[in-house]
Amino acid sequence: MVNEVPTLEAQKEEAPIVEGTERTRERRAYIPRSDIYETDDTIVVLADMPGVDEESIEITLEKNVLTITAYAESSDLDGYELVYAEYESGDYTRRFTLSDQIDQTKIEASLRDGVLKLMLPKAEPAKARTIKVKAG
Amino acid sequence: MYRRYLRPSLWREMERLQRDMNQLVGGLGSRVVTPASFPAMNVWTGDDTAVITAEVPGVSADEIDISVVGETLTLSGERKPEDLEGGVRYHRRERGGGRFSRSIELPFRVDADKVEAAYDKGILRVTLPRAEADKPRKITVRAA
Repeated sequence: MVNEVPTLEAQKEEAPIVEGTERTRERRAYIPRSDIYETDDTIVVLADMPGVDEESIEITLEKNVLTITAYAESSDLDGYELVYAEYESGDYTRRFTLSDQIDQTKIEASLRDGVLKLMLPKAEPAKARTIKVKAG
Repeated sequence: MYRRYLRPSLWREMERLQRDMNQLVGGLGSRVVTPASFPAMNVWTGDDTAVITAEVPGVSADEIDISVVGETLTLSGERKPEDLEGGVRYHRRERGGGRFSRSIELPFRVDADKVEAAYDKGILRVTLPRAEADKPRKITVRAA
């Protein structure tokens, strides 16, 4: 059931490296855990991206492919030594194909507590126009 | 066959060297441990202070309880799923929710009154100063 809340997962899932390509940065990239839901007029995407700030998120929508990339700053603490690690900070990347037409001018994105929220308003269906044929 | 001629202690030494080399080459990547449960934590130590950082996206700061007893730090709280009105259709649901509680052993006893916590961008950072009584004491030897 897609409506059930999954159990909490602590480990980030690593993004696979696309064959024939290499990452430009020597860091790990993760697939942010995401929820996608739809209301009558909007598609909402929520993505967990701890450590990311607003400026580092890039969202593009080309045709109907939504791409989210973000860079989390390295979490090194000055004057401290990392003695035990369960996570690393890295990049986030994910792509979704949307089935609906989106009104690109009205997309809104916000970031709160390390969670990205994207509001994608559906484009109004092209209104059927009746064309009257005038008698000549 | 060489083995016979080498002293066991030398073999152990070589194994240790190899292990160290592997760690050096692997960087942090090979040292990252799979977290036992939510949230994932990192432990840092400095001069008489330990810092714990944890990835807790989507949990607001006031929903996290931090408690320190002796050398054990416990983080607990709840990640609440978003409240949605009816008529919503989910296409994908991967973000977990529910209560969590996790304890971690600290490298030393801490002064519970001086523990500080900050939350930013989904990451919790708890600063734990070492208890005064736990600090190693220097003993001066007096000439008789």
